[in-house]
Amino acid sequence: MARKTSPTRQAVVTVAAWSIGFLIFLPILWTVILSFKSETDAIRTPLQVLSAPWTTASYAEVQGRSNYGAHFMNSVIISLGSTVLALLVAIPAAWAMAFQPGRRTKDLLMWMLSTKMMPAVGVLIPIYLMFRDFGLLDTRIGLTVVMTLINLPIVVWMLYTYFREIPSEILEAARMDGASLTKEIVHVLTPMAVPGIASTLLLNVILAWNEAFWTLQLTTSKAAPLTAFIASYSSPEGLFYAKLSAASTMAIAPILILGWFSQKQLVRGLTFGAVK
Amino acid sequence: MATAHSRALARLMVSPSVILLLMWMIVPLGMTLYFSFLRYNLLMPGMETWAGFDNYYYFIQQPSFWIALTNTLVLVLGVLCITVIGGIALALLLNQPFRGQGIVRVMVIAPFFVMPTVSALVWKNFFMNPVNGMFAHLAKALGFAPLDFLSQAPLASIILIVSWSWLPFATLILLTALQSLDSEQMEAAEMDGAGWLSRFRYLTLPHLTRSITVVVLIQTIFLLSIFAEILVTTNGGPGVASTNLPFLVYSQSLLSFDVGGGSAGGIIAVILANIVAIFLMRMIGKNLDA
Repeated sequence: MARKTSPTRQAVVTVAAWSIGFLIFLPILWTVILSFKSETDAIRTPLQVLSAPWTTASYAEVQGRSNYGAHFMNSVIISLGSTVLALLVAIPAAWAMAFQPGRRTKDLLMWMLSTKMMPAVGVLIPIYLMFRDFGLLDTRIGLTVVMTLINLPIVVWMLYTYFREIPSEILEAARMDGASLTKEIVHVLTPMAVPGIASTLLLNVILAWNEAFWTLQLTTSKAAPLTAFIASYSSPEGLFYAKLSAASTMAIAPILILGWFSQKQLVRGLTFGAVK
Repeated sequence: MATAHSRALARLMVSPSVILLLMWMIVPLGMTLYFSFLRYNLLMPGMETWAGFDNYYYFIQQPSFWIALTNTLVLVLGVLCITVIGGIALALLLNQPFRGQGIVRVMVIAPFFVMPTVSALVWKNFFMNPVNGMFAHLAKALGFAPLDFLSQAPLASIILIVSWSWLPFATLILLTALQSLDSEQMEAAEMDGAGWLSRFRYLTLPHLTRSITVVVLIQTIFLLSIFAEILVTTNGGPGVASTNLPFLVYSQSLLSFDVGGGSAGGIIAVILANIVAIFLMRMIGKNLDA
């Protein structure tokens, strides 16, 4: 930006941007602040809350009372497990479509995308009944499989847009230089594919971590990930603001940090490569 | 390179994804369609009889369907308006040079990574609660009576919560698009005496058209099936005042055990989503050729 900007204008922009950014971030910031207050202080007026003493009691209590760790592990296992499964299925597919495109590759890609557009309620009842009949309700395996399937189209698409950018001339050049197939895969293909696979993994873990339709429908307690666990605070008993804040803070912190690192990939992944 | 051998290999590599998705889509969707023509209640297993279009008739005929349909559309359109207009404004602002750009950007994007159940409960309790919420404290400090948002304006409150979650998405995508705007063209227009408004109208907005379309369509897909936010805040109520189509299907099938009626509702939701999907697919398909 070489354009001249007057100091007044710059000051106005700075103040406006910071205030709006602060307002948007406030609900998260406030949740974190409340999580370090006692239950009786957490329901006071904002100024009283700020001046109240800090404590980590809520964090200990959430873990002690509700077995928070188990739900956290469910979230980790389901989101990571479904992402890895989806990658295993999608990498060969995306690879073939990017390097050996056939006449129908484009139609196939569009069809995969169309499965993502199907609203979940359209298949809720059969899936629920099948899960009930096969004893899959409230199991991590069941939920992992569903998460794999709902995110598979996005994974294939994202990998495809990354793989398509690898110039196939490089492969041919390596082959001309007498590289064996193993060498080609290890030294040429993998290094070029890894960044794309890593970003896909990151985005998909975020999506799976925050998915809140199937997790709420198909789990109750044992396999409940954090989305479902937090939902149990919707009908609370007694004072619970500080505990809800502590549980929420722990639930969103890991993904918030991952998310901040993946801003660029996020745009690309969520728009199926339409905006880069 | 494309020998018969490599063609076969490529097909083999693609087939697992295709088969899995085919099973995931066709089998349950077919079952829903089948159930929607049955008189099928979970409380009376084994008593299923053919119902023809009765389920559709009764589903559409009940007043709550029309309320839910209206709510679905109001929810989608309300969130779209707020996030697109807010997103454009915010993207334009964040695209200006100022101190601490990186930090502000990170703060603005953050809500997108908050899981729906957390964002809904945070807003419901810490902000909209009529006794202890921040809005109530603020109203009392200014001498107003606090408003019970979720019972007096349930749908508007949910629109606010969902908009907060999706504003970052719109902003991020529009900001990415803005950054590819040709700044020389902008300067030339400025030199020629084009005002701020006409530069926005004739240069920025046309440049953003495609990204705005993408934002609208992708958000619509997600907004049509909002569920968690309603479940943990209002549970569809009071009455059915904040029930949307997915929530109606859920409450009819899994809470009232009416599989037939719920399935008919599910099929109607699929049809609605498909109308939107066709537009989105065309857009993305075009991009694939480019």
